[in-house]
Amino acid sequence: MTGLVAGVDVGGTFTDLVIFNPASGAVRLAKVPTTLPNQSGGVLNAFQAAGAELSAIDLIVHGTTTTTNAVLERQLSKTGLITTQGFRDVLELGRRTRPQAYGMHGSFTPIIPRDLRLEVPERMDAQGRVVTVLDEEAVRSAVIRLRDQGCESLVIHFLHAYANPAHELRAGEIARSLWPNGYVTLGHALLSESREYERGVTAAVNASVQPLLERYVARLADELAAKGYARDLLVMNGNGGMVAAKDVAKEAVKTVMSGPASGVMAAVATGRRAGMPNLLTYDMGGTSTDVAMIKAGVAPVSNEIEVEYAMPIHVPMVDVRTVGAGGGSIARIDAGGMLRVGPESAGSTPGPVCYGRGGTRVTISDANLILGRLPASRFGQAADAAHRAMADQIAAPLGLSVEQAAEAVIRIANTHMAGAIRMVSISMGADPRDFALFAFGGAGPLHAVALARELNVPKVLIPARPGITNALGCVVADLRHDFVRTLNRPLDAVDMGDVHGVLAAQEGEGRRLIGLEKIALTEVRAEYSADMQFIGQTHLLRVTLPHARPTREDLQRRFEAAYHARFRVDLPTIRANLVNLNCSVIGERPALDLSRLIDPADRKAEVQPVSTRKVWFDGWHDTPVYWRDHLPLELELRGPAIIEQMDTTIVIDPGARVTSDADGNLIVEVGA
Amino acid sequence: MIDPVTLAVIQAGLQQVCDEMDLTFSRAAFSPVIAEADDRSDGIYSATDGSLIAQGSKGLPVFVGVMQFSTRTILERIRQGLTAAPEPGDIYIVNDPYLGGTHLMDVRFAMPVWRSGEIFCWLSNTGHWPDTGGAVPGGFSASAISAEQEGLRLPPVKLFKKGVLDQEIYQIICSNIRVSEQRIGDVKAQASALMVGAERLAGLLDRYGDGTVTEAISDMRRLAARQMRAMIGLVPEGSYHARAMIDSDGVVNAPLTIALTVTRKGDDLTFDFAESSPPCRGPMNSVRATTLSSVYLAMRHIFPDVPISAGAFEPLQVTGIGGTFLDAQYPRPVSGCAAEVSQRIAEAVFAAMVQAVPDRVTAAPAGTSGNFGLGGHDPEKGRDFVMYQISGGGYGGFAGGDGIANGCSTIGISKAPPVEIMEQTYPVLYRHYQLHEGSGGAGEFRGGLGLDYEIELLRGEARASFVMDHGRTGPQGALAGGDGAVNRVEVIRDGTVTVPEHLSKAQDIAMKPGDRVRVRTPGGGGYGDPARRDPASLARDVALGRYSRTEAEQLWPGVLAPT
Repeated sequence: MTGLVAGVDVGGTFTDLVIFNPASGAVRLAKVPTTLPNQSGGVLNAFQAAGAELSAIDLIVHGTTTTTNAVLERQLSKTGLITTQGFRDVLELGRRTRPQAYGMHGSFTPIIPRDLRLEVPERMDAQGRVVTVLDEEAVRSAVIRLRDQGCESLVIHFLHAYANPAHELRAGEIARSLWPNGYVTLGHALLSESREYERGVTAAVNASVQPLLERYVARLADELAAKGYARDLLVMNGNGGMVAAKDVAKEAVKTVMSGPASGVMAAVATGRRAGMPNLLTYDMGGTSTDVAMIKAGVAPVSNEIEVEYAMPIHVPMVDVRTVGAGGGSIARIDAGGMLRVGPESAGSTPGPVCYGRGGTRVTISDANLILGRLPASRFGQAADAAHRAMADQIAAPLGLSVEQAAEAVIRIANTHMAGAIRMVSISMGADPRDFALFAFGGAGPLHAVALARELNVPKVLIPARPGITNALGCVVADLRHDFVRTLNRPLDAVDMGDVHGVLAAQEGEGRRLIGLEKIALTEVRAEYSADMQFIGQTHLLRVTLPHARPTREDLQRRFEAAYHARFRVDLPTIRANLVNLNCSVIGERPALDLSRLIDPADRKAEVQPVSTRKVWFDGWHDTPVYWRDHLPLELELRGPAIIEQMDTTIVIDPGARVTSDADGNLIVEVGA
Repeated sequence: MIDPVTLAVIQAGLQQVCDEMDLTFSRAAFSPVIAEADDRSDGIYSATDGSLIAQGSKGLPVFVGVMQFSTRTILERIRQGLTAAPEPGDIYIVNDPYLGGTHLMDVRFAMPVWRSGEIFCWLSNTGHWPDTGGAVPGGFSASAISAEQEGLRLPPVKLFKKGVLDQEIYQIICSNIRVSEQRIGDVKAQASALMVGAERLAGLLDRYGDGTVTEAISDMRRLAARQMRAMIGLVPEGSYHARAMIDSDGVVNAPLTIALTVTRKGDDLTFDFAESSPPCRGPMNSVRATTLSSVYLAMRHIFPDVPISAGAFEPLQVTGIGGTFLDAQYPRPVSGCAAEVSQRIAEAVFAAMVQAVPDRVTAAPAGTSGNFGLGGHDPEKGRDFVMYQISGGGYGGFAGGDGIANGCSTIGISKAPPVEIMEQTYPVLYRHYQLHEGSGGAGEFRGGLGLDYEIELLRGEARASFVMDHGRTGPQGALAGGDGAVNRVEVIRDGTVTVPEHLSKAQDIAMKPGDRVRVRTPGGGGYGDPARRDPASLARDVALGRYSRTEAEQLWPGVLAPT
């Protein structure tokens, strides 16, 4: 056994690879273009680019966007639905919403079209009592009809199946006896929680991406095996943990948000080693920016993520929020004469003007180029076009110089991003000032210092490899299984024996599943929580439990304390409802040494710029440009400075102070 | 004028203050109607005349601009000595519809922001309380004929004095409303939203200076006006006529007419309602503030880019409402103004504007909140209950697309509760919950489909009430498009089907176990000539059962290929 561990993450543009040798700490990296539609080509290319022998690798953990893309583009497997009589349109009716608060336009495409949604007589009431018995013959003929219409996957979703799954289980048995493959998803199996739309969409997404994911993963495993890889492949889930490739398709829906989740897991691991357990992650890409809040070294998990308009996926996932601007956000003067940035984006096609791919409208990336923050050498002729576009579209109408206009674009973009990040923080009950900003992604480090100032965040942490953070997240992730059980009863009426029994059963199942994996672990542990509310409320608050046998008084007291901490309101006369019991079982993998992500052999003894270039910070400054890999660990730098590396450009504004920690992470004290 | 960059940054900063107030209010609120349905709004108002400076982008659309009227009233009353002058830490409460409000359930708080002993501006918010007393739980009495039957009416009074809740006033309120013991959670949330706003605003003022922010506020107002005028520039000069009909006022069974003429002259748009019906006896009156806000919110739907501020409203003149049911005076009942009349006003604006700027406006949306209330006793749980089912309807077709199905009310953004939660909470069983087939209006781009549901009472006894609309005429088609299907309510008792006399409004219909109510909500209006519909799209509609073949052939003659 060599012990080599590889993380490989497929993003929209690049496939990133990081290989660790846990014994020596040595690291190998690669970044290659993503191949579509079959992402496995890029994965194999990455190993080749890193010069890695697949037969020598012990563990590969893979992050894929196969299911994410399938959902967003609605390139799904043909899927049928069998549901309770009278309710086949639930997946199309949604919760009576519209795509935006203002404007009555818009459209919505349900995951399963109406002609593939069939009804059968059956009905449970809210207590799980049978109102109408299941018509098994109707189930049989519906299954046959959907099969004969060419459906590859099947969803069975009955009202109140979370309260009593008997009908779903029986219909599932019938379906499996007739269905040509294993792609049968029961609504209650993924999510045993009330809310028929959310549970139904979760099941429908699962079913409709299952065959795609299974085929992709099987093909990748085969191709890796053909190149000599002899061990198990693991795949990242949206909960920030990983599962065996052979099992991942069963709950394929859990991979839909896995890309952002792995970035957060890398931040958790980096922050722990850096002694910075409270992090606000800031991943700025071309069209949008992902934000998450890590408190006390723990990634936030939510059961209520909406992937896009009216597309809720209610399984536990790392709570990553998407806000406003990306590098491609378009700047313009509105009809009143006010400068605006976004929400329109040039995306990656045609992209910013400076990409030279036909984009004509000036963007945030163009502004960064004009201000000297991005190296002009990378853009050639298109740099002039960016200048002209800024002059014509922004500078002339406002009576500013081109540089002043570009700076204004950046400043307004930062103001909006800071505002959006504040809203995310507040909605999670936290103050951003108590966090350090963890900046990654291609564009994050360009804006991080200015953004931190805007947010009153004192410190920025820029990891050693901002551009391969997601791949790093794959190698540091743990094994993880999450369980949710809905009780939804007044706390005073709950049988505490039930509470203890549910938590114990959840933990037992998690430990059993983890025990099946042949992966080196240092510890298997469980985390418990309860989702609660005051009677009469609808929103939930998650209460962490220290062990699996809380008393009733314990629950009420912890809930009241959590409520006070969050809303600064005491409501002593009102009793609580116990809605969900949650348990996460985590198999911790040995911690990796992250100190060699930048090769120590490349470090120089002295801090020496590789060049100087003019960069605009409220006027042109001759600004030293450093090569990141050359910087010593004993470091003190003051802005203005530019730090370049293979995967990103870091802007250090005037007045900021940069040091390094033992892993080579840059710590920026942003100053005033 | 200050420099354009500082201006944009201060504008974003003021917007942020409002958005944080909205979020704080929802997160801390106790009632689902605020916490989950976001039936609330927060804003910043001028210290001199109460005009709107900035308003939260997450507020319920019906409140666009509305609090500037109540804030203005407070300022006037203070000047006249009718309301006590403010001191630091004071928060006023007011819900009087005739003093710049909506219906009684929308309770407003207002608080001055102090800078060196002077009032810099006011912060105000409004939240929909689940009950403010009156004849029926929840306040939507379809047969009220005076304001007193609708609930407790509060003129502006100080609920907080120097930062402390006035227990005497609070007890008067609690003694006059239902489930009062839970209201303290909402009161604290509503006040804390204002306090968070004041803190954030102080930070902005400290950073940029009071003088610069003051200047920015007046520039923002001018630019917003200029932006709205630029949008008005898209409207060809001339007059555009439209009508919208309300089924009845709930008491007298005759339709009410909103007659609107929109005239573009120069840079201004005038909305003249002079030919509309006189004040009505039942609760379908509107008050002035709600009528103006309804025009503003419709325009915001059409031009969502223009920020919500007094400047944006400047070029919009609303005339001719005096003497009509759109400017009702005390004691006319008004509970229907925010939920229903406001949507008919918006429909009239859409119907006029679609003629002028057809690419920017949809055909009429369903435009009713679909409020179905059921109150009674549940013997299994041993307690009384009040249930509300709100529902959506089809949206109008538009240039380039069909309307969506089961969209939210024009004036709202809140989700409908899941069937499973309703059945957990109330003694009812839904027999079905599905698309209202055939309901979307015909057109090149058809209207979206409404909702079709049926509820059965399982046990105990209950009384059903409805406050809906569009039972008599469907949402209007545009540019030769057909109307959407009407709203239909059926009460099924002992196997006998009855339709309420007022079609979409009724109160206190007695129900016993096994009795059922079926509601089919309106479809959206169609857009453009049906003959121009793409035959493949129509064939798909038929294949998916959205229309029967016969319906498709009637609504779109000659479009489907013969079988």
